[in-house]
Amino acid sequence: MTYKLHFADLLPYWDLLLKGLVFTILLTIVSTVAGTALGTLGASARTFGPRWLDRLTGAYVEVIRNTPFIVQLFFIFFGLPAAGIKLNETTAAVLAMTVNLGAYSTEIIRAGIQAVPKGHIEAGASLAMSRLQVLRHVVLKQAFEKIYPALSSQIVIVMLGSAVVSQISAEDLTYAANFIQSRNFRAFEVYLVVAGLYLLLAIVTRAALRGIGRLVFRGPGR
Amino acid sequence: MTRMKSLAITAALLLAAIPLAKPSHADALADIMKAGVIKVAVPQDFAPFGSAGPDLKPLGYDIDMANLIGKDLGVRVEIIAVTSANRIPYLQTRKADLVISSLGKNPDREKVIDFSAAYAPFFSGVYGTKDSKIAKIAKIEDLAGQTVGATRGSIEEQELSKTAPSSATIKRYEDNNATIAAFIAGQVDLIATGNTVAAAIAEKNSGRAPTLRFVIKDSPCYVGLNKEEPALLAKVNDIIAKAKSGGELEKLSQKWLKASLPQGF
Repeated sequence: MTYKLHFADLLPYWDLLLKGLVFTILLTIVSTVAGTALGTLGASARTFGPRWLDRLTGAYVEVIRNTPFIVQLFFIFFGLPAAGIKLNETTAAVLAMTVNLGAYSTEIIRAGIQAVPKGHIEAGASLAMSRLQVLRHVVLKQAFEKIYPALSSQIVIVMLGSAVVSQISAEDLTYAANFIQSRNFRAFEVYLVVAGLYLLLAIVTRAALRGIGRLVFRGPGR
Repeated sequence: MTRMKSLAITAALLLAAIPLAKPSHADALADIMKAGVIKVAVPQDFAPFGSAGPDLKPLGYDIDMANLIGKDLGVRVEIIAVTSANRIPYLQTRKADLVISSLGKNPDREKVIDFSAAYAPFFSGVYGTKDSKIAKIAKIEDLAGQTVGATRGSIEEQELSKTAPSSATIKRYEDNNATIAAFIAGQVDLIATGNTVAAAIAEKNSGRAPTLRFVIKDSPCYVGLNKEEPALLAKVNDIIAKAKSGGELEKLSQKWLKASLPQGF
């Protein structure tokens, strides 16, 4: 191999990489919170809602889980304007990631809910808790504790999948990499560094989620 | 011994052939008129200048231009489809009399071939919609505070990145199709692109036909021909000048580039 590595050629662009990194992190945080909230609603609707709502949510889950993320993103960014809904690239990216995580987390959280013993729900009711109180304190808390590792993995997958938003000119980490590559043609170095940054980001995300999990699920009596 | 003899004969024959192989100084124009046919190299992979039609026959601006020259000379036109890599070798080896293949001028090419006057506009520019706010933009400084879409890594994107005011936002898309899609979807009202791409958008989506606001980089197309052919060069230039004043070039521009010839062309 005679190729000489020139990592120094990346130095003039460090601020671009940093900006891209920050954008990717913010994108992940916002869509994780929104997507998990959507998933919680979806899972509750599928388990406790009327039949038509279950069907409707089921259809949403199937459509999203069985189509490529980039197609969903392009539909929102390039397709929806034809229907009069014009979203800028950041909003489109957040929406696509939220809707995507929402569908996957609906199924993950639903599995958690179904694993809560019926007796616990009846116990809650017999303690004169309202249905909403039972859902929040008895069902969802236990459900989340059970499925937390699976949900964490899905969040990391969505974070890594966010690389695709560079295609609609959202200026994330991959966009920065593509831009630098188009200027100095140092593809090997740029993508090596960016792959390293994504790896680091994934490790940090997992560690952060584990920390949050420890804080939240350290209930009384444990 | 017989071998030596045959070698000697071969050598003698080769020597005798050398004067014949020297380039003839005959006038190419006279040769064309005598043969009644002109061989023109045109692109086969570069719409709208030259591409294969549904019947696999070449069609485009350059093919129409070749036929225009042939008609004026009163000779048959033999179309030779070439690629951008081999168009100049075709000319140098005299497989073609003219290269009409969206050929741009540069110093390296000028060393080996001659160029006629420009016969087709080829440039990249900033295009906008007919929207009244956008219609006021006429120079690069006007981009202040505006958002322009462009294909990342393209000449026009690199040029804009250098020269556009700092308050202008450049949205960079992965390829031409994404840039076009963003413009048609209304995600951007201004795009920086080539006139041929703008023509393609206008053809497919007349509701949002891009209109030229200003030129970023101009590199018109010239007819290429061999050096030291003054008679042919003068004739080709004469035909181009006539086509320009007679409105034929304007018609070609309207037909293939979906726009008038730019001012001052």
